[in-house]
Amino acid sequence: MRANTWAGRNKVKVRDVPDPKILNERDAIVRITSTAICGSDLHLLDGYVPTMQDGDVMGHEFMGEVIEVGPGVDPGRLRIGDRVVVPFPIACGACGACAAELYSCCENSNPNAGIAEKMFGHPVAGIFGYSHLTGGFAGGQAQYARVPFADVGPLKIESDLTDEQVLFLSDILPTGYMGAEMCDIQSTDVVAVWGAGPVGQFAMDSARALGAAKVIAIDKEPYRLQMAERAGHTPVNFEEVDVRSRLLELTGGRGPDKCIDAVGMESSHGSAHVHAYDRIKQAVRSETERPHALRQAILSCRSGGIVSVIGVYGGFLDKFPAGAWMNRALTLRTGQCHVQRYMKPLLQRIERGEIDPTRVITHTLPLDQAERGFEIFKNKQDNCEKVVLKP
Amino acid sequence: MTQLATREAAKARQDDVQRRGRRLGWVSLGLGVAQLAAPDTVRRISGVDDSPTTRAVVPLVGARELVHAAGLLTSRRKSVWAWTRVVGDAMDLASLGVAIAHRSGRRRRRLVAVTGAVVGITVVDLLTAVRATRAQKIGSAPTVRGSREGGPMELTATTTIRKPPPKVYAFWRDLGNLPTFMAHLEEIRTTGDRTSHWSASAPFGTNVEWDAEIVDEAPGEKIAWRSTGNADVPNAGTVRFVPAPDGLSTEVHVVLSYDIPGGAVGKAVAKYFGEEPHQQLDDDLRRLKQVLETGQVVRSDGAPWGKRARKEFPQRPAQPLSDSELAKGADA
Repeated sequence: MRANTWAGRNKVKVRDVPDPKILNERDAIVRITSTAICGSDLHLLDGYVPTMQDGDVMGHEFMGEVIEVGPGVDPGRLRIGDRVVVPFPIACGACGACAAELYSCCENSNPNAGIAEKMFGHPVAGIFGYSHLTGGFAGGQAQYARVPFADVGPLKIESDLTDEQVLFLSDILPTGYMGAEMCDIQSTDVVAVWGAGPVGQFAMDSARALGAAKVIAIDKEPYRLQMAERAGHTPVNFEEVDVRSRLLELTGGRGPDKCIDAVGMESSHGSAHVHAYDRIKQAVRSETERPHALRQAILSCRSGGIVSVIGVYGGFLDKFPAGAWMNRALTLRTGQCHVQRYMKPLLQRIERGEIDPTRVITHTLPLDQAERGFEIFKNKQDNCEKVVLKP
Repeated sequence: MTQLATREAAKARQDDVQRRGRRLGWVSLGLGVAQLAAPDTVRRISGVDDSPTTRAVVPLVGARELVHAAGLLTSRRKSVWAWTRVVGDAMDLASLGVAIAHRSGRRRRRLVAVTGAVVGITVVDLLTAVRATRAQKIGSAPTVRGSREGGPMELTATTTIRKPPPKVYAFWRDLGNLPTFMAHLEEIRTTGDRTSHWSASAPFGTNVEWDAEIVDEAPGEKIAWRSTGNADVPNAGTVRFVPAPDGLSTEVHVVLSYDIPGGAVGKAVAKYFGEEPHQQLDDDLRRLKQVLETGQVVRSDGAPWGKRARKEFPQRPAQPLSDSELAKGADA
């Protein structure tokens, strides 16, 4: 089959690889109909997530048709011919973490748990196409994928919604939603979201759906801010204005009640010297993150507020504003999304028309043009917000 | 002496060494600065102001002193830096010897006096260096794990499994199940109510076999066993099944002790080839958890071989296996 693979730092390559096979009894094989490039794929592309290998099949946002099931898959849950969206964290459904609905921390789905444990203290779940640290599972930017624990994760789509309407249930819609949910939003809340990429856009939509009074979008790309503005959110361009002053102005001097970091480890900073400091430290690997967005979110948040982190971090960061965090009674909440927890309720919201996930799609390309997709998405060319690939 | 007392004594010794080392560092700094800032004064006092070569040599010696000073004042590895001073002293004494041989009268008297002082400093340096080296050896002793030395090795590991203790106990008590999750075990054959025959693979494709007997057990709570007769790898183990606070899970606590063939060398070589016993026991229990909670050991494209995976890296790329790789299995 054809698959988009990692080929070293800053390089992906569509190659021919063997078709996937059933390896465990509860596996299924899915013929992929739609797949997408995620912002977190760029962290892999840029070489900031360790344990990638040449030839790793990328991609963790995909959906398609079940064409084969292992002998251990409960036929009451999944059958050949089912149309499914596959959640990016692989979860067994039986361990303590899964029982607590902490699916992205599944204790059984990562065959390389020993490696993850060294990096993170405790292991994390397996993830499709997302380095060997999270299991070394082949990803979904391909024609076919093997899906372990197929009777736990995949969500059956039985209505006639289009692929584009449901594809993002695999990651970015639940991730954005969880970012807002962790904010415990009240009707009086002003919510500021750092990053107006696809996850940031969905965090904004979710914050409004959960009842926020006002939602602020912080980014530097005019087209991304316009996209947020068209959806009814208030744009702040950090290259044009001082974010802190602008946020104080927008909140009557209180600061946003809730702040969401939808940027993560490769953020940029309006101030060149601060950016240079972290860029250099990151380049020489003496910190793995450039955490400007997180620092600014913590410093901006009103006292007693919540800072919710859904942007991806991989290792260690510098100059964490612990003083602001501690002395001003801030709550820091975070996590890789527990996608399985949100798929059904969000599908219902899509069916009811409360959320329109298709609004972030700017490009649809054939799988064979994945390299081009990565290039325009990474470099924000051609007003690129979200790339969907068709195998 | 208790382990704690030993550690405290080692710490006191280490503090003393650090203090002495720093003192020598300041001496080096003073000498270095003097030799670089006022080389002519130093040459006059030493009685070597008659030779043009010393105009170059004295600042060089000063620069060397600054290197000693930097090391002694900033590094915690005082032993290494104290020894560099001893080497420097030897160089100085050799140069002074040459200088004395070529001079007489007042200059010679000054040189002899300076040499005396250098000999004194050399003694202090030597004592500090020896002391620092010893403190380092003693100081590190308590942190060395038993696995570095020869003799039996004890390993412990624990995990929590979301199944009740009687169920986890029953699975383990059926010893034939152990090879499904323990990397090294090939087969366990039950030979009697409490006796069994075990075979396991050892590093470098060798095989070891032994008889074992259960020496203590409490259904649902504990199993203890040990090898009997003339085992290649004498070993013993205990596993306890403790109810977890959630009321439905089991904490599994394992203690294994065994003599690795080849003693300390065998262990070092095994480690070099990626066999880290603590890590392996942790991974064994992870697989036990997978088998009991999900039915099977989980496989991925990058790490497809389940319990046969001996090392974490290198892995296969995370892309599907070809038919021939799949047919060849773990030996591919």
